[in-house]
Amino acid sequence: MEKWENNKAWFLVLPAFIIVAFSAFIPLMTVVNYSIQDIFGPGQSVFVGTEWFKEMLGNHRLHDALWRQFLFSGLVLLIEIPLGIMIALAMPTRGWGVSACLVTLALPLVIPWNVIGTIWIIFTRPDIGLFGVGINSLDLLEVPFDHTAKPLYAWITLLAMEVWHWTPLVALLAYAGLRAIPEAYYQAAKIDGASSWATFFYIQLPKMRGVLTIAVLLRWMDSFLIYAEPFALTGGGPGNTTTFLSIYLVKLATMQFDLGPAAAFSLIYFVIILLFCFAFYQALLNVGRGEKA
Amino acid sequence: MARIELNEIAHSYKKNPKDDSDYALKHIHNEWKDGGAYALLGPSGCGKTTLLNVISGLLTPSQGRVLYDGKDVTDLPPEKRNIAQVFQFPVLYDTMSVFNNLAFPLRNRGTQESEVKKRVMEVAEILDLTPFLNRRAAGLAADAKQKISLGRGLVRSDVAAILFDEPLTVIDPHLKWQLRHKLKEVHEQLKLTLVYVTHDQVEALTFADQVLVMYEGELVQIGTPQELFENPKHKFVGYFIGSPGMNFLSCTVDGNIARVDGVGIELNDETASLAHKATGKLELGIRPMYLEVNVESVKGSIPATVKTVEDQGSFKVLTVNLSGNILRARLPEDQAVPLNEAWIRFPTQRTKLYADGRLVNK
Repeated sequence: MEKWENNKAWFLVLPAFIIVAFSAFIPLMTVVNYSIQDIFGPGQSVFVGTEWFKEMLGNHRLHDALWRQFLFSGLVLLIEIPLGIMIALAMPTRGWGVSACLVTLALPLVIPWNVIGTIWIIFTRPDIGLFGVGINSLDLLEVPFDHTAKPLYAWITLLAMEVWHWTPLVALLAYAGLRAIPEAYYQAAKIDGASSWATFFYIQLPKMRGVLTIAVLLRWMDSFLIYAEPFALTGGGPGNTTTFLSIYLVKLATMQFDLGPAAAFSLIYFVIILLFCFAFYQALLNVGRGEKA
Repeated sequence: MARIELNEIAHSYKKNPKDDSDYALKHIHNEWKDGGAYALLGPSGCGKTTLLNVISGLLTPSQGRVLYDGKDVTDLPPEKRNIAQVFQFPVLYDTMSVFNNLAFPLRNRGTQESEVKKRVMEVAEILDLTPFLNRRAAGLAADAKQKISLGRGLVRSDVAAILFDEPLTVIDPHLKWQLRHKLKEVHEQLKLTLVYVTHDQVEALTFADQVLVMYEGELVQIGTPQELFENPKHKFVGYFIGSPGMNFLSCTVDGNIARVDGVGIELNDETASLAHKATGKLELGIRPMYLEVNVESVKGSIPATVKTVEDQGSFKVLTVNLSGNILRARLPEDQAVPLNEAWIRFPTQRTKLYADGRLVNK
């Protein structure tokens, strides 16, 4: 049968196209516009081509922020994904415990980002914070704990905060994945004499692949874009040790008002995230499919 | 290989069962012979799967003991019993190749790799899976997947019995026949005890030597397909097996005559003599196939009004009204079909009497 030539249906896509244009494409193009001009003030600008890009790619403060960002996001994934899976495996499967666990887990997820920062500032304060006072009273540390005192302390606090805030999301996703595995799989594994490790490795993990892909992508993107928490907690310090990409970007754009370099930086930032998401997605989609076809 | 004995088994999913209705299995006392092919037939929710799980050890019964070859295994977990189970939906280890899937139960038990290879090759040969051994299991069709599930049971040389829990549900109709054939072949080749759970009477009757009909947590009849057809011990067996199901008429017994709304139907002497001791609601039962239909009055026949005639190809189903009771009769293709009035006759040897749903017999 021949295809009926009728492309009028494309008009039905138009509303969606317009919305996407205004919400994503046009703002993005403004950034592109900024990134190739040097703007002195309203109406005063000079076309500079790829100069800002060159400058930004060679900027060692950006390099430092980028490596810091990779380290942070990498640590976040390494901690949150296994921890989330472990929590999900330990959760009850029936009875009142299920709702109790779900509600408790969901609590951190509904707190706004900057409030989280404030909570943790108070929690870790060496004079009144539960954690700060608690750990210092043990007298184990050479330098008393204070997240502003040492880069390591700042990192520990930030990571702890991020893990506390977002591991529940991973746990909930993993839990949903686990619940979706039919009972027969566990029964078959029992009959096949599989150990609990084998059951985890050959049944639970492969069946959670879909939800874990989503968890990795979400946590990677979110942690790569992290802004409000370090802004509230450390402001990028001590020194520049917690200045992540977005903090540096905001400094550049709004404090120094270097719109051109900031725009070029934004685009580079955007491309990095896109590339990584693509890579993760492909990798997770194909993991375990390596055996001979 | 093993003989399986179920000793006074009862099971309830509730912690403190109060009466009969709380039990998924009421009272099962039965023996499964070594090397037999059994089908467990019954409607959804009658306790078939529960019974299967009790045998395989996935479930510990609330009461009673399970014995394999006389050895009590009631408290042993499934992996310690020499049993394999195939589930309704194919269970596969998606990330493994077909070979590794089949090798999995052996490797878990620490079998030597050379032995594993030998066993897997043998089983793959039996199940026609050899060409797929290096393929990933996830990409195969449902029937191949189900064969792999079966294969994981067959590779273990110590396996005594294989339990099937409606294994053909997700298989295409034309492949069902092939796979069922394969199962019979495997059974004949390996002489394993097979227990096959299904709600499909055709599947059960073609697969098994012995069919166990289950109804509301009880085994209501055990027998060959022919016995189930000709001599249903329980009203439910009459309904469930055969198409259309058995006819039942409420009656009272007077001498050797059963009265159905004023119409007298003769019973055989044995049934008649037992009928007096029977208690509860009495019902007359006859298979549509055995109900005689005549165009004209013959000796011992009763007039009934014809309601409908359904042509089912090789036979016709006639529905008649006998003083307010609906009866179905199955007529061979070539038999004359009465138009308005049919003269029906109940052959005494084929006319059964049921008291409270159970056959009145010795």
